[in-house]
Amino acid sequence: MNPFKPKNQGKILSTVGGVFLILLVVGISVGMSEKNFSTEDYIELSSLKKDSVVSKEAFKKVYSVLMHPRCMNCHPSGDIPLQGDDSHLHGMSPQRGEDGKGVYAMKCANCHQNENTPGIHAPPGNPEWHLPPADMKMIFQGRTANELAKQLIDKSKNGNKSIKDLIAHAEDTLVKAGWHPAEGLSLPPMSHKEFKEAWVTWLKTGAYAPDNSE
Amino acid sequence: MISLNVNEKDLQVDVDPETPLLWVLRDHLDLPGTKYGCGVAQCGACVVHLEGEAVRSCVTKVKRAENKKVVTIEGLAENNDHPVQQAWTEVDVPQCGYCHSGQIMSAAVLLKENPNPTDEDIDLAMAGNICRCGTYSRIRKAIHVAAEINKSST
Repeated sequence: MNPFKPKNQGKILSTVGGVFLILLVVGISVGMSEKNFSTEDYIELSSLKKDSVVSKEAFKKVYSVLMHPRCMNCHPSGDIPLQGDDSHLHGMSPQRGEDGKGVYAMKCANCHQNENTPGIHAPPGNPEWHLPPADMKMIFQGRTANELAKQLIDKSKNGNKSIKDLIAHAEDTLVKAGWHPAEGLSLPPMSHKEFKEAWVTWLKTGAYAPDNSE
Repeated sequence: MISLNVNEKDLQVDVDPETPLLWVLRDHLDLPGTKYGCGVAQCGACVVHLEGEAVRSCVTKVKRAENKKVVTIEGLAENNDHPVQQAWTEVDVPQCGYCHSGQIMSAAVLLKENPNPTDEDIDLAMAGNICRCGTYSRIRKAIHVAAEINKSST
C-alpha cells in the first residue's frame, strides 16, 4: 500500500469518471433524441465522416428510387397498394391488413407467387410480398425528400431500425425485387448497385435531410 | 412426379412443375369444378384452398402445392353441404354459375377467419371475385345466411 496515496483516491477517481460518463451519455442522448437515435447509433455515426453536402446529394438519388413506382407502390398513403407505372390504386382493392399481408380471401400471396408470373398485367412475385404492417405503415407516397429522409431514420417510424439495420436493409429481398419487375413495368432510375452506394453514402455521411427548398 | 394432397387424397401427378395448379386439377385429376376465367389472377373463378388459403390456381404453379393440402369445390364438403353451399342454394345465388365455385371457396375462407362478418368485411373479402351476372347482392346475403347456419350448427 502506498502511504502517500489518500485513502479514498481510487473511489473518488472512479466516481468522477462515472459522473463524467453519465453526463456524456445524457448529453449524447439529449442531443440525438430529436432524431430518435440511440447511443449506439450515435457512436456508429460519430465514427463516420459527416458531410451534409455529400449526404444531401446522395439522398436526392435515394429519393428518386424510393418515389419510383417499383418502391412507392407498396408504400401507399392509404391501406390499398398502388399498381402500375402510373401508381393507380390496385385493382380489386386489396387491403393492407394488420400484418401487411392482406385480409381473408384477399391476401397478397393468393395471387403474388414466389416469382413473377409471365405475361403483361400478370402479378409480380416474391416470397416476401407484402405492405408494411398497419402499426408501421412507412408511407412514401406524398412525402417530400425532407420528410422522407427524417422518417427513414426515425426509429418510431422505420420499424425500430438502427443505422446499421438500415444499411443492411438495402439487401432485403423485397427491396431488391424492385429491380426484377414483372413484364411491362419500368425499372427504378438507377441500378441496385448505384442505389445502394447512394443509400450507404447518405447514411454514413450523417443521414442529413435535404431542405424543402432543395 | 409431384406429390399432392387433393381433397384429402394423397396423389402423385406426372407433370411439369411449372404447370398451373388449375390445369393439373382439371386436366389431370378430372376435377372440373374449378373454372378458368382470366388466367392472370384478376377474376377469382379459379380459387381453391391451398393450406387453407384462397389461392388463384391459374397463376399458382403446381410446384408450390407440392406436399401441401389442396381443397377444391368438389372437396369442400362431403355431400356438397358446406354452410356456404347450403346458403347458396337457399338464396339461389347463381345466375350463369360460372364464377360461383370461386365465390364459394373465397366465402368459405372469410367465414373460417371471421364467423360473423359485416357487410364491409364481406365486401373486402370478396372484392377479388368478379361476377359478370352481377349477383353481388345475393352473394352478400348468402354469406350472412351461411354465418347463421354455422352458428345454429355449433
